[in-house]
Amino acid sequence: MSVNFLISQAKNIQFVINENAAEIEALDQNIGDGDHIFNVQRGLKLVVELEDDIKNLPLQKGLNTIAMKVLSGIGGSSGALFGTFFMSMAKTPDLDKDIDFKKACEMVITGINAMKERGKADVGEKTMMDVLIPVSEKLNELKSGNTDMKEGLSEIIKIAEDRMLGTKDMLATKGRASFLGERAKGHIDPGARSSQLIIDTICKSLINK
Amino acid sequence: MKKFINNVDDFLKESLSGFGKAHSDIITVNFEPNFISRKSKTKQGKVSLISGGGSGHEPMHGGFVGHGMLDAACPGFVFSAPTPDQMQAAAEHVDSGGGVLFIVKNYSGDIMNFQMGAEMYSGKNDSIITNDDVAVEDSTFTTGRRGVAATVLVEKIVGSLAENGGSLEECKKLGEKVNNNSGTMGVAFTSCTVPAAGKPTFDIGNDEMEFGVGIHGEPGRKREKIRPSKIIVNNMLEAILDDLKPQKNEKTLLFVNGMGGTPLTELYLVYDDACEILKSKEIEITRSLVGNYCTSLEMQGASITLLKCDEEILKNWDAPVHTAAMRWGM
Repeated sequence: MSVNFLISQAKNIQFVINENAAEIEALDQNIGDGDHIFNVQRGLKLVVELEDDIKNLPLQKGLNTIAMKVLSGIGGSSGALFGTFFMSMAKTPDLDKDIDFKKACEMVITGINAMKERGKADVGEKTMMDVLIPVSEKLNELKSGNTDMKEGLSEIIKIAEDRMLGTKDMLATKGRASFLGERAKGHIDPGARSSQLIIDTICKSLINK
Repeated sequence: MKKFINNVDDFLKESLSGFGKAHSDIITVNFEPNFISRKSKTKQGKVSLISGGGSGHEPMHGGFVGHGMLDAACPGFVFSAPTPDQMQAAAEHVDSGGGVLFIVKNYSGDIMNFQMGAEMYSGKNDSIITNDDVAVEDSTFTTGRRGVAATVLVEKIVGSLAENGGSLEECKKLGEKVNNNSGTMGVAFTSCTVPAAGKPTFDIGNDEMEFGVGIHGEPGRKREKIRPSKIIVNNMLEAILDDLKPQKNEKTLLFVNGMGGTPLTELYLVYDDACEILKSKEIEITRSLVGNYCTSLEMQGASITLLKCDEEILKNWDAPVHTAAMRWGM
């Protein structure tokens, strides 16, 4: 992992999110207030625009710059959560050494744990954490096991998709959808959908490398 | 979408700029990071009150910055929580040695961003979280009730105590008392349109209303057919009274708040209905507030807030205030 890797992933993700923007917006209007997609799009645009400023920076500095940009440029729950994600990834030890797959797993796990802490949300609450926490658990397994990387990534794609779809029949107990009670049932959580698309994009690009 | 817009991306900046020019005698608008602060420096040792939230609820919160109310307000994008650097910058700007009290509405995004702002600010600070909306069931397992119109009352009443030398602890305690003694219920007849979305947040029939709506057009308790005002108001008050359980002849403040698209003529009609119903239940109304204070863009609808008042609350409610949206006694 390097700053250039992060930027190229942000560009890929931006493309996929824009392609699916109307769907995510509609999901949010069903159970939220419709700001999620704009926040995600604004965040991705800001990160992609950072390219010239950060492309030659060491990883830790690059991550911190992205974190501050995301934190100050997005707002809403997404800004706080994704900002926390990058800020915590930057705190992973030994980022100045070569980043192999195991190290990258460790970074993402650290980031997701911090998001969990910040949002005080766990699985089963109809939020993006329903996708991110199981993915983090799988990464932890891959990090310490001997599974082939590409095989592991395929499993992650599957987990993310299943868990995203699984939010459909959940009652929400966190976030704006929690105010709806039973009425939130039957709708996929927009944050779970955008997170799943992000994970799907990254994993596929690594598999096809 | 028909709105006064030049360019969607400039919507907030231009609106804030106009607000700053229109009220340059009371406030100053600071850009990047965005916050609105009092024109005059907060006096030495006074507790600074800072609130904020998504834009689209005007005059909340920028319209409440000034003598006897807030020291600063941090506006986010429309219906999106502001960012931590805004809160940090606002706190550094206004803190005059008395510490900072953040007043936060109970929405996940606001809570997280204010928490991070408070962590980034090195000075003494504390927070109050408002959650007056009785439309949502309260439970320790959920995000809980929404913070809505009673936030206006908290900001006014705590603002007066801070102005008169109350400590950070005392201000927090009074704020929590006001929050715990108030209940709000909202109804919407139409949706609102977020500028960036360009279309209404939800669809609603010509003869329908959303009962228990939030302040972002997020759905409420249930969708119902529209009824005569007396019946709607009665249902709203019943939900509030079930929650607040005021005693006979208890003194209250009755606040009828417009969501942005309902004319004052209707809000006064709602007030009239509410007075009659409360009178029949032997609840005394000693103070009133009617108008658009906590809005949802152009949404048609209203919320009713009832606040149980003791002497301390009444004294601080009556105290002088001079902000863009609320002014009396000076």
